[in-house]
Amino acid sequence: MGWFITRRAGAAVIVLFLGSVLVFAGIRALPGDPATVLAGQEASPEAVAAVRHDYGLDQPLPVQYVDYVGRALHGDLGRSTQDKLPVSKIITERIPITLELSLLAMIFAIAIGVVTGIVAAARRGRFADYVATGFGLIGLSVPHFWLGLLAILLFSVTLGWLPASGYVPFVQDPGGNLLRMLMPAVVLGTGFAAVLMRQTRSAMLGALSADYVRTARSKGLAEGKVIGVHALRNSLTTVVTVLGLQVGVLISGAVVTEQIFVIPGFGKLTVDAVATRNYPVIQAVVLVTVVAYIVVNLCVDIFYALLNPRVRLSGVTSD
Amino acid sequence: MAMAGLVLVVAFLLLALIGPLVTGDPSAQDYSATLAPPSPAHPLGTDDLGRDVLARIATGARTSLQAGVVSTFLAMLVGVPIGLVAGFYRRWLDPVVMRLVDVVLAFPFLIFAVGLAAILGPSLRNVIIALSVAQLPGIIRITRGEVLGIREMDYVPGAIADGATDGYVIFRYVLPGAVNALIVQATVAIPTAIIGEATLSFLGLGVQPPTPSWGVMLTNAQQFLAQAPWLAIWPGVMIALATLGFNLLGDGLRDVLDPRSAK
Amino acid sequence: MSERKRRRGGGTETPRAGGTNDRATREAGAAGRHDAERETQSLLEMTDVTVSFDTEDGLVRAVKGMSLSLDQGEILALCGESGCGKTVTAMSIPRLLPPETTRLSGSIRLDGRELTALSEKALREVRGKDVSVVFQEPMTSLNPSFTVGFQIAEVLRRHEGLSKQAARERAVDLLSLVGIPDPARRLKEYPHQLSGGMRQRVMIAISVACSPRVLIADEPTTALDVTIQAGMLGVFRDLRDRLGTAIILITHDLGVVADIADRAIVMYAGRAVEQARVEELYARPRHPYTVGLLNALPSAAQAESDGPGRRRLAEIPGMVPPPFGDPDECPFAPRCPRAEADCTASRPLFEPQDDGHLAACFHPVEAVRTEATR
Repeated sequence: MGWFITRRAGAAVIVLFLGSVLVFAGIRALPGDPATVLAGQEASPEAVAAVRHDYGLDQPLPVQYVDYVGRALHGDLGRSTQDKLPVSKIITERIPITLELSLLAMIFAIAIGVVTGIVAAARRGRFADYVATGFGLIGLSVPHFWLGLLAILLFSVTLGWLPASGYVPFVQDPGGNLLRMLMPAVVLGTGFAAVLMRQTRSAMLGALSADYVRTARSKGLAEGKVIGVHALRNSLTTVVTVLGLQVGVLISGAVVTEQIFVIPGFGKLTVDAVATRNYPVIQAVVLVTVVAYIVVNLCVDIFYALLNPRVRLSGVTSD
Repeated sequence: MAMAGLVLVVAFLLLALIGPLVTGDPSAQDYSATLAPPSPAHPLGTDDLGRDVLARIATGARTSLQAGVVSTFLAMLVGVPIGLVAGFYRRWLDPVVMRLVDVVLAFPFLIFAVGLAAILGPSLRNVIIALSVAQLPGIIRITRGEVLGIREMDYVPGAIADGATDGYVIFRYVLPGAVNALIVQATVAIPTAIIGEATLSFLGLGVQPPTPSWGVMLTNAQQFLAQAPWLAIWPGVMIALATLGFNLLGDGLRDVLDPRSAK
Repeated sequence: MSERKRRRGGGTETPRAGGTNDRATREAGAAGRHDAERETQSLLEMTDVTVSFDTEDGLVRAVKGMSLSLDQGEILALCGESGCGKTVTAMSIPRLLPPETTRLSGSIRLDGRELTALSEKALREVRGKDVSVVFQEPMTSLNPSFTVGFQIAEVLRRHEGLSKQAARERAVDLLSLVGIPDPARRLKEYPHQLSGGMRQRVMIAISVACSPRVLIADEPTTALDVTIQAGMLGVFRDLRDRLGTAIILITHDLGVVADIADRAIVMYAGRAVEQARVEELYARPRHPYTVGLLNALPSAAQAESDGPGRRRLAEIPGMVPPPFGDPDECPFAPRCPRAEADCTASRPLFEPQDDGHLAACFHPVEAVRTEATR
């Protein structure tokens, strides 16, 4: 198991390295003088010169890269061109908000998606299955930002039940916070739930027709145990894998969802930054996202190994 | 079910190709009828600048089609050869290619598109590039997987022993098998690309006004949600139908062409 | 018919040290006992059981009018080619058949209790405890995500309410019983870490954990190579001797039948066509199908006597009839070398031919000595 983690971590580090190089190069690839880019369009010549000195932009590229990485590891991600605040501070303020949104969306998606998938598999071919599969298909096909607009149309404009936008910190007003997060989380989680439902159903169907389920029944175990313990256990690996793959989609989705519901999170930061050509922020956002994504995938890999004894004991996965 | 998908896809294609020719000018502004509800003159209503929604939907279909098809085509054009080569010359090329694929995958699609928009500026062309790059890993993996699978088959070493060149093996044995999987992949990739373009345009990172795109129309619609709800409904319905069509078609094709895939 | 079955004798309840393999000795010893057993009921009594399945292609009649009985400690073999209904017959006892599409009629009595009348819930008390099954594929019949120990303990805790600790200890004993070395260590291992033969032994351990009255073994040796087979059969013999378990052995391997079974029923197209004590069956088969099966066995003795040179394995020409209809004729008639007009006019009944020997044939074979008896 330790060996397995080391191998996976090693691969992750390589990808991390290449990713950071890409981000680094991206900014340098912009037309024009990097110093102006990083200082912002409105910066005075002195400010630009200061930036050039600060970032060592007259140094050879490899040196710049090392410097960049060094700073990043220390938490220095530059300064926003909008308000001159340190980018790291901005990010740290906004990430928890997006995390809360994502977490709520995931909880919703897992609760609805996995449960529906299990039920659909257990009641295969019957009414419940068709309903579930139908919803799954729709959930996959509908662009979730449209779903957001529809939700606002229905629940805010027409029914007036839920606020259409805004954010209140949890510590300040838990009720208000959750009320405002409800629609965004459900909207964000819907697509994810649809994918989870399909995958769970398919994995469970496979498990339920397996020989070991027949053995479990021959032992006289209650049907609930057969489905919930024997079949489910072997489906979990598929579900977890899907979870890992979908995290990226979740992050992308958060960007759009925050835009619609005007939630001052990480995602909205990204969109605003592009609109205002706030390159230090853009660069930092991309970097942070990539790092987070790689780390999450590493965790998923490890969790997968924990669930699958064959992988754990031999350290080999199919690749 | 797959038939329903086919119907939807064909309808979508017709709309995109012929629609704009029949429905009138999507940019014509009629200030006397702004935010008008559906009427005989404007079957789907008008937006805040008095433009006919139906015409904009039809033209928007064209944009979506372009984005979906061109990006998938480009991705295949680049990805299939890479996948073939990676699968074939396993020893040194494959690990390199796979690591690069992992790097691309490490960038969640939207973040990558955002970065690209930041560097290159927002436009339909850049959206298509971003979409192509996002699809590359999937296509490379599938093609590579096919190559690896076929290589295991006994008839390949036999053919090579008989003097077949690498190229011959690829064309005669690998590609036919890969084509099926790739077709299925395309039916998944195109709708994803359509939604991707809509999302990017919605965020202002893609198609710029006044060019109609379903995503841009939705951005606009959000402001007028209370006064003109139909503005928000139509573009979304169109996206959903087009996507649903491809998804259903894809499911049906998958059952026929690639029964191995888990369903 | 029942009279003659009683005289079979068979297994005992007292554990026998070492387990004698010599059939003759066993029979002689049992012969004294069967007089007392004549009045006791059979352990398992199946009467006129018919099993059909609703499928897309129509009603599949898998088993038609099947009757059999099983005594304590007896090893009964159900043999025939694939698709003859032997598995379905056995699985109808614990009713491990797809609930929605199966139609079951007839009577199945275990210790006098009518199993077909039990609800699914009640049947779950029977499964694993009174009737248990060893399946064909040890590779896939064990859950890959749980340890061997867990899977054995599971059935103990289900039926006997044992604590985790107690179940674990019993599991160790069971593993020793089936001949797995170093059982305490094996408990913590996963199925993929064990060899095929050991996995099969684990399956057997699971199935005998609660001392079932009847053990159904579905092609237990088919997936194993020949050298392991012998060991496996030894395990079954041992179980019968030590625990007095009655075993229904489903197999198409006539060699295994000769090796270990006391009695055998030959099935064809969902019906029993012949039933007898094993030695009797091999020495004096009555039904032409049985003769055909036995002749199809390659035999070293035959090869020796025939001398060098090649010869074809004897085969039975033709194919098994499809399972949809149930015409009133002998199902084997189209392929039977002895068929005559009356064979297609009506179906022969399953009747006694001799002492304890039954067959369904209008023109049974008379005392043919086949090569298989050597």
